[in-house]
Amino acid sequence: MTADTILASLQLSIPEIILAVGALALLMVGVFSGERSGTTVTGLAVALLIISGLWLVLATGEGQAYGGAFVSDAFAKFMKVLALIGSITAMVMTVGHARSEQLDRFEFPVLIVLSTLGMLLMISANSLLSLYLALELQSLALYVVAAINRDSLRSTEAGLKYFVLGALSSGMLLYGMSLVYGFTGQIGFQEIAAALTAEGRSLGLVFGLVFILAGLAFKISAVPFHMWTPDVYEGAPTPVTAFFAAAPKVAAMAMLVRIVIEAFQPVVADWQQVVVFISIASMLLGSFAAIGQRNIKRLMAYSSIGHMGYALVGLASGSMAGVRGVALYMLIYMVMTLGTFACILAMRRKEGGNVENIDDLSGLSSTNPFMATVLTILMFSLAGIPPMAGFFAKYFVFMAAIEAHLYALAIIGVLASVVGAYYYLRIIKVMWFDEATGEFARTAGELKLVFGLSGLFVLGYVLIGGPIGNAAEAAARTFF
Amino acid sequence: MTDWPILSAVTFLPLVGVALLLLTREDSPYGRRNILNVSLLTTVFTFVLSLFIWIGFDNANPGFQMVEKAEWLGTGISYHLGVDGISMLFVILSTFLMPFCVLASWHSVEKRLREYMIAFLLLEVFMVGVFVSLDIVLFYVFFEAGLIPMFIIIGVWGGKDRVYASYKFFLYTLLGSVLMLLAIMAMYWQAGTTDITELLAYSFPPHMQTWLWLAFFASFAVKMPMWPVHTWLPDAHVQAPTAGSVILAGVLLKLGGYGFIRFSLAMFPLASDYFAPFVFALSVIAIIYTSLVALMQDDIKKLIAYSSVAHMGYVTMGIFAANAQGLQGAIFQMLSHGIVSGALFLCVGVVYDRLHTREIAAYGGLVNNMPKYAVAFMIFTMANVGLPGTSGFVGEFMTLIGIFRANTWVALFATTGVILSASYALWLYRRVIFGALEKESLKSLLDLDMREKLLLYPLVILTIFYGVYPAPVFDATAASVDALLNNYSAALQAAQSVALTAN
Repeated sequence: MTADTILASLQLSIPEIILAVGALALLMVGVFSGERSGTTVTGLAVALLIISGLWLVLATGEGQAYGGAFVSDAFAKFMKVLALIGSITAMVMTVGHARSEQLDRFEFPVLIVLSTLGMLLMISANSLLSLYLALELQSLALYVVAAINRDSLRSTEAGLKYFVLGALSSGMLLYGMSLVYGFTGQIGFQEIAAALTAEGRSLGLVFGLVFILAGLAFKISAVPFHMWTPDVYEGAPTPVTAFFAAAPKVAAMAMLVRIVIEAFQPVVADWQQVVVFISIASMLLGSFAAIGQRNIKRLMAYSSIGHMGYALVGLASGSMAGVRGVALYMLIYMVMTLGTFACILAMRRKEGGNVENIDDLSGLSSTNPFMATVLTILMFSLAGIPPMAGFFAKYFVFMAAIEAHLYALAIIGVLASVVGAYYYLRIIKVMWFDEATGEFARTAGELKLVFGLSGLFVLGYVLIGGPIGNAAEAAARTFF
Repeated sequence: MTDWPILSAVTFLPLVGVALLLLTREDSPYGRRNILNVSLLTTVFTFVLSLFIWIGFDNANPGFQMVEKAEWLGTGISYHLGVDGISMLFVILSTFLMPFCVLASWHSVEKRLREYMIAFLLLEVFMVGVFVSLDIVLFYVFFEAGLIPMFIIIGVWGGKDRVYASYKFFLYTLLGSVLMLLAIMAMYWQAGTTDITELLAYSFPPHMQTWLWLAFFASFAVKMPMWPVHTWLPDAHVQAPTAGSVILAGVLLKLGGYGFIRFSLAMFPLASDYFAPFVFALSVIAIIYTSLVALMQDDIKKLIAYSSVAHMGYVTMGIFAANAQGLQGAIFQMLSHGIVSGALFLCVGVVYDRLHTREIAAYGGLVNNMPKYAVAFMIFTMANVGLPGTSGFVGEFMTLIGIFRANTWVALFATTGVILSASYALWLYRRVIFGALEKESLKSLLDLDMREKLLLYPLVILTIFYGVYPAPVFDATAASVDALLNNYSAALQAAQSVALTAN
């Protein structure tokens, strides 16, 4: 490696470097200014993420770096912007809740920045090794964040559960990687693809592939590796749950897309079966298991499992239309989820603090019409009813599935979405049809802003969908 | 032809009303008054504007008119609007019924009037949008979006079992529609476009037509509704507020029939021909069975709901008879039913507002103190039966002629429906209006007031006018229907000659 290539590599990864250096600097600021510096550090962390995002959009070129371990392309940029938006929004939403959930420690924003750094690296990872390192960086930060409220039994339980199951999945992933390396002799994605042929693939490689997919399915909480999701969502402090539901999912999905489309393109028939299976299983479980939930955070956990299933419908087709669908789906899913969690965070009684039961929303349309309307729009969107954005998200992934002749997948998927509509309707029913039982305290401004913007996006997608679709298409074109 | 986008204007004008309503407050009588005035003015103005579509419409042109087209979401989905003879009158019907809905809700809606009116205005946008869309994805968006306001209307302002009814309405129709969505995607990959005009010109391979036809059928049969998937309709009708029933019967049911004509019949002629006996069977069952069920109802609204299912049986039968009489008759029947069943629900609303019950047994002898009401109700009952001289007759007669040409046996059984509809409708009329005025609660009822006259009399005039002189409707639809049927028979002939040469 010459000085030139090192310099070029550094230039491609400046957004990541900003975050890495910034996180360390923030840590020092926190340590030296003592216990009560949480708010300052949070503000600085948000600024850091914004700077990194601006640099990414405005000044980062495309190409490979660090000997092919890192890649910056249109797809990576698209997904990184999503991940950054998710992190920033989640961080903004913690402000009002910092004290009650013990999130006012300065470690919290630093951990979020570090995990975001991990996500950006995951999205850009172009070899098995860099992928694993990035994933671990992100996961370790997330384990700690889940348990950040260490005086709460539920929070620590969630953190521990997440850690144990996460470690297991990392182990599987690593095992799968070692098999793939053993049978191809390569760790770079392009090199693996070059070493593979559909006919000549060995059984060991298929084993490795399945292990890798299992490990990654855990990260996106797809069935059958979803078991941690409801408990962690319910147990973790709500602002943390909002963070978990958005950005990490985007990053993990981006990583999954890149590895199967780039590295395992020659053996598409092998991974397609697996993806179709986990997609169907996730959609069905997400729809049926959510019906019985009373706690809205658990409900959102099952909802997110289902939504990952829908996003995988696009991936299963393995085509450009499919990747485009996945990219769009993750964007729209993230906006809807953040908006919904902003509403959940706003479910706070004047006495007694936050509540999490669906029944607590009863009569919201008369006590707080604005929030009720936004939440209604979001629920219809999550259910995939036009003209909301959620419909177009589903439209593009199912279109890819039809193109690839995956009819069974598509039919099961749309039928599952009808079942899913039932429980989203239940929330709307509680808000509109039931009598009010009590009022919520005044909603904090930043939450209003988040769910207001989210509702506006979901509703306004019919107007701005064209350019967004083009961006997603440009991202998908990277691979084809 | 006008050079300004009249169709977009008509479609989205109610949104202006929505924006104004958002500025109003409901907590005082003046506020209430403002809300009602804004809604009424918006709907009336939309209706007047929509009349310009009819005025500017060229009856001789079988193609789409007043076309607007713009890029929209990429991958071929465009914002493409236009009307032809088949869709134009449905637009007018939708905008025409809306002021009646506002008037019907003048006093009866007590809580959350503002949200109620917003829901109705949004519903109007989506309904008109369905009929003017010339892009199949745009069509689907409007088609499905209409579920949202209707769900809220039934659920918030409905009767006792409103939650159950609203869920059933929503999930039933959604279940049918999602399969259609997959069919739309399959059509896109096959034909490479989502533009309805191009899809109409494209001929799908026969095997594919069968599957596409079934998928579309799943959606439209539920929407229509056809036996045996009609069970959501009586529940929805009974629970919905009066205006909701009017729109449900008047316009939302027509979406199914419109879809059958525009998509099933026009795009999949071979499959339509193949499945026609199946549709006939379901239609005849619907006509006879639901008429018998209607006979046994003791709730007025439920009775009218079942009679709607029976009348829609004539429509499906007429459409798939696939000849000029059948198709023209079906369109006319839908328009006439839109007016008549809407009017019948308004009639129910009039007495429901006074007595707050829909039990037939609670009424009797109303002719004594409500003579004007009795006359209006009489005319709509006769139109529902299909008495010559009312608009109900024209549609029923035409569809029966059409089906007679296609299949005599079906015509024979379908005609018994006329007798059955006379029995349930007249019996209902006898039980509610005639007889001695014995019940104490009924004696103090007043006859129609000014607002109710304004509601019912225009509909009376229209019912009789179109019964005597249906030509304006037929003139508008004839060219488009002929063009459709020419394409249809050409496609069937082409398939036949292919089959012959293959032998």
